[in-house]
Amino acid sequence: MIGEGTHSTNQRRHNYVQENVEVGFFTDPTVCIGCKACEVACKEWNEVPDDGFTWSGNSYDNTGHLGASTWRHVLFLEQDRQKGSQVVGSHSLGNDDRDDPFRWVFLSDVCKHCEEAGCLEACPTGSIVRTEVGSVLVQDDVCNGCGYCVVSCPFGVIDRRPEPLPNAGGAFKCTFCYDRQKSGLVPACAKVCPTESIVFGRLDDLRARATQRAQELRQHGYDDAQLYDPTDTSVRGIHAFFLILGEPEAYGLPPRPQVPTIYLKSAWTAAFATAIASIIATLVAFAFSS
Amino acid sequence: MNAPASEKRLEQLREKAWQEGVVTGRGVDVAGGPIPRKPGYYGEPVVKPPVWTWEIPLYFFFGGLAGMSAVIALAALLFHHVDLERAAVWLAAIAGAILSPVLLIMDLGRPHLFLNMLRVFKHRSPMSMGAWILAAFGTCAVPGLIALELHAHQIFPGTLDQLLSFAAGICVFGAAIFGALLATYTGVLIGATAIPAWFLHRTLLPIHFGTAGLGSAAAVLELLGHRIPALNLIGFYAATVETALLIWLSVAKHGAADRAIHEHGAGWLVRIGEVLNGPLALVLRFFGFIPWAAISFLAGALVSRIGWIAVGKVSGADPEAVFASQR
Repeated sequence: MIGEGTHSTNQRRHNYVQENVEVGFFTDPTVCIGCKACEVACKEWNEVPDDGFTWSGNSYDNTGHLGASTWRHVLFLEQDRQKGSQVVGSHSLGNDDRDDPFRWVFLSDVCKHCEEAGCLEACPTGSIVRTEVGSVLVQDDVCNGCGYCVVSCPFGVIDRRPEPLPNAGGAFKCTFCYDRQKSGLVPACAKVCPTESIVFGRLDDLRARATQRAQELRQHGYDDAQLYDPTDTSVRGIHAFFLILGEPEAYGLPPRPQVPTIYLKSAWTAAFATAIASIIATLVAFAFSS
Repeated sequence: MNAPASEKRLEQLREKAWQEGVVTGRGVDVAGGPIPRKPGYYGEPVVKPPVWTWEIPLYFFFGGLAGMSAVIALAALLFHHVDLERAAVWLAAIAGAILSPVLLIMDLGRPHLFLNMLRVFKHRSPMSMGAWILAAFGTCAVPGLIALELHAHQIFPGTLDQLLSFAAGICVFGAAIFGALLATYTGVLIGATAIPAWFLHRTLLPIHFGTAGLGSAAAVLELLGHRIPALNLIGFYAATVETALLIWLSVAKHGAADRAIHEHGAGWLVRIGEVLNGPLALVLRFFGFIPWAAISFLAGALVSRIGWIAVGKVSGADPEAVFASQR
């Protein structure tokens, strides 16, 4: 936490990989200043190529969305709603005129590292694995670019990197800086976050801290502050969870994400039934006409 | 103190920009206001649309056709239609053991690593199961074809020839079992994903893909000159099931969640395909225009496969579809 200096979990060395400790990210938009240092640090450390410079016209966000070459993405929300009890708009200074409420929310989005990960279940090569710290990792040298993880992620995180970028053809997403973690370092995005809006640490500690923070914010007038951590759906919780103001839809987050493996039973039943029906129909057709 | 007039003017401009797309005026050129009015986060997709290109619908078409050809080959073997059996096994081997793997490998981001598909066996991944089903199908169809042809041309004498005939039978049986799965698993493949228009129809898709495969196999064999009543009956069966599926698809609508099928151009491909291999093929066959019915069915089977992939791209890029499917 900010103020803890070198004792903050974002700054001190750790042995989480060696001790098989489940880790996570807690991202808090109420202290984010939208500096995008996380995006930059991620690109720098992981040598993620640039995927074009486009002007989106959507607030200060020209990154757009997570993808094969964007593993951290700072969202810029402009909402006609007040942010907590703060004074908004110069014309409302000195009186109680609140008819121009406006709030600007920044949130650094990232791979959620699901408890039940759609991409991991879907991967036919075994390229996507679960690490000792509970994160989901793509092994680039194994991935053959079949693209099935892309349609299996309920959060639209992972994507196949197109030509002519370096290492094109494979699927890419946030690695949770597994290489840094193995050496006792904190993921690059959390390490550089100047306001500790991104906090890295033990999953259970972070969950407790996030719940407390949401309560605290609601007491301070942020009455729509809530935790985004879908533990009650088939995803069964995420390792990178968020505190959000308002509804998840506004952040492009699915309200009730489901891991696609829950659809397997009904789909395979239909497939087996059709296979058997086709064989029987064919045999009957031949039996009747001979 | 009221809100400044400039603020109100700005609101008017935003409204005008939203309605007309652009505002021209004194020093102002705005294409949309800063308050987002698009669904979700500036209308950005919530899930990722499929990255698959034209190879995949073609593979669905040829894989289904090949798999069900092997089923017809098994029936032909059991009911002693020797010429039909040979033609069906040829079809299964060419479309299923050569064309299908080539199309799949072409679609990979890294084709040279295609063998990694057989690195693990994951029953919870339809893509992994499909790779193994296709491999098993090829392993049965190709040796089956070789044994069958050696037997048909009486290359070896006596016992060895009998052995070949027996081996061919075993291979054709195996190819039929894996073939029936090859034709249907593709429906599971796209049905068990995060794409709303696909997973909402996860029971319809395997039925459609499998039956379209069966009808296509019968249609190609008929066009190759095997005009026997059994294939005609199979044609009737497939076209009837497809007609029922067309009705099911038109009745079981899911509102905004699967609007890609009902309100978008991509959905027309699905429906046109279903009409071609459903009612139209049925009517043509009923009036005895068998070759035309076969061609109509094949065209429908191909167009609807292209349509389903196109629908997935539209649905995956539509944030409102994802939200609607979860509410």
